[in-house]
Amino acid sequence: MPNQTLNSGDNAWMLTSAALVLMMTGPGLALFYGGLVRSKNVLSTMMHSFVLMAVVTVLWAIYGYSLAFAEGNPFIGGFSYLFLNGVGLTPNADYGATVPHQTYMIYQLMFAIITPALISGAFAERIKFSAMLLFTCLWSTIVYFPMAHMVWGKGGLLNAFLGGKIGCFDFAGGTVVHITSGVSALVCALYLGKRIGFPKEQMKPHSLVLSVIGACLLWVGWFGFNAGSAVAASALATSAFVATHFATAAAALGWMFAEWMRHGKPSMLGGISGAVAGLVAITPASGFVQPFPALLIGFLAGIFCFFMVTTVKSKFGYDDTLDAFGVHGAGGTLGALLTGIFATKAINDGLKDSAGKVLPLGWVDGNPGQILNQAIGVAIAWGLAIVGTLIILKIVDVLVGVRATNDAEIEGLDISMHGEEGYNLDA
Amino acid sequence: MKKIEAIIQPFKLDEVKEALKGIGVEGITITEVRGHGRQKGHKEIYRGMEYQVDLLPKIKVETVIADSRLDDVTRTISAAARTGKIGDGKIFIYDVLDAIRIRNDDSGEAAL
Repeated sequence: MPNQTLNSGDNAWMLTSAALVLMMTGPGLALFYGGLVRSKNVLSTMMHSFVLMAVVTVLWAIYGYSLAFAEGNPFIGGFSYLFLNGVGLTPNADYGATVPHQTYMIYQLMFAIITPALISGAFAERIKFSAMLLFTCLWSTIVYFPMAHMVWGKGGLLNAFLGGKIGCFDFAGGTVVHITSGVSALVCALYLGKRIGFPKEQMKPHSLVLSVIGACLLWVGWFGFNAGSAVAASALATSAFVATHFATAAAALGWMFAEWMRHGKPSMLGGISGAVAGLVAITPASGFVQPFPALLIGFLAGIFCFFMVTTVKSKFGYDDTLDAFGVHGAGGTLGALLTGIFATKAINDGLKDSAGKVLPLGWVDGNPGQILNQAIGVAIAWGLAIVGTLIILKIVDVLVGVRATNDAEIEGLDISMHGEEGYNLDA
Repeated sequence: MKKIEAIIQPFKLDEVKEALKGIGVEGITITEVRGHGRQKGHKEIYRGMEYQVDLLPKIKVETVIADSRLDDVTRTISAAARTGKIGDGKIFIYDVLDAIRIRNDDSGEAAL
């Protein structure tokens, strides 16, 4: 029976947001990443995003939602929601008091889907498909579900709003989604090693057209990612929407101008990469900051990630194929720390003491100590990602072998892993 | 019979085709190729990585003609394809042993 507290506006927005976030993975990320690889690997790269839409869904339904959001201990949830037991159509007071619990569950699922999909940027063009599937199942379980619990679950260690000891502000997943995936991506890139021929052989994106389309879908979809994290069709959702858009615009310009100055020409790839960097960096801050700090956060992210992806990557020489670390790991870290500076109760009055008084948030509210809490959250995300990913890669390597054979890699993963070609233009 | 292989700038294809039609040469084969002579390529940059592209797109025009027409055809192609700049391309001439029309087994110059 529908509960009297159900708000149809909130539910409509949340279901729409869930759809938008799923769209970010398919086709947003599939196109963005797909266009950046060589044509012999386009389907394999898209498959990495697509198959997770299916696999993570099953994990989530069976035990993932429970481990992330059921009450347990500060680090991981319990099993009370196993097989979505108790997750019905009446609201859960802690997870969206005005929408059915299943709305919250399905919304959060879309985050669980896109997070491991982001990692695929680091091992594109050389991972074995079976290894990728096994890796994702283990990674979701060991890294994502615990991190999601710590930041968003009731009683999670870092959950400022629901009883966490070390309140870290992460509105839509700067730590949970971007740092974990970005840092794990770096570990994967280092463990798997460089693609055959990298960096001497020229490996240009086979279709930046696809990547531009994908990036624009990411931009639009991200409104569901950030503004939907208000879990209501509220003023806070509006604020997050505006902050998201402003940061993205500034970041695209920041990267483009940095590139224009360094290389003499502003590239399309630079523009979309900058936009994504801005989207990543504003993610943790989106429901906490004013519009003009959002512009600043975006602009800094555009420049910082440009530097990470060009200077730092070439200096250290790792093959983070699609810059998952340079954009998501680095951008997420920057955004999470800047949240500690610019978070303000003027935007988000959700943090209250036991007497119901609204508490200050970040440095601009006179609470510089928040930056330390943010740093702790960042450190936990980094640590969990590094340790978890290393262990998982070792297990997967022993069980099925992570890297494709040289022949399979040279032939192209579309043929060797999937028996298909992306383009049969002569047909 | 002689086979003429002309490597030309892609944007000159229409002019060359029209010019050949104008002197009654109706059989041609066009291929998209890449290559260079002395022409320098260009630089592309993707996320800070530089790529030197020195294999440039060209069009290869092939046609087989009677010996008596050789000078006429090569001069026509040259005039139509020329811009005066490096990168205009080259023409190569080969001897052809025979030619056969598949439809009716005509051979020699009658097949052209």
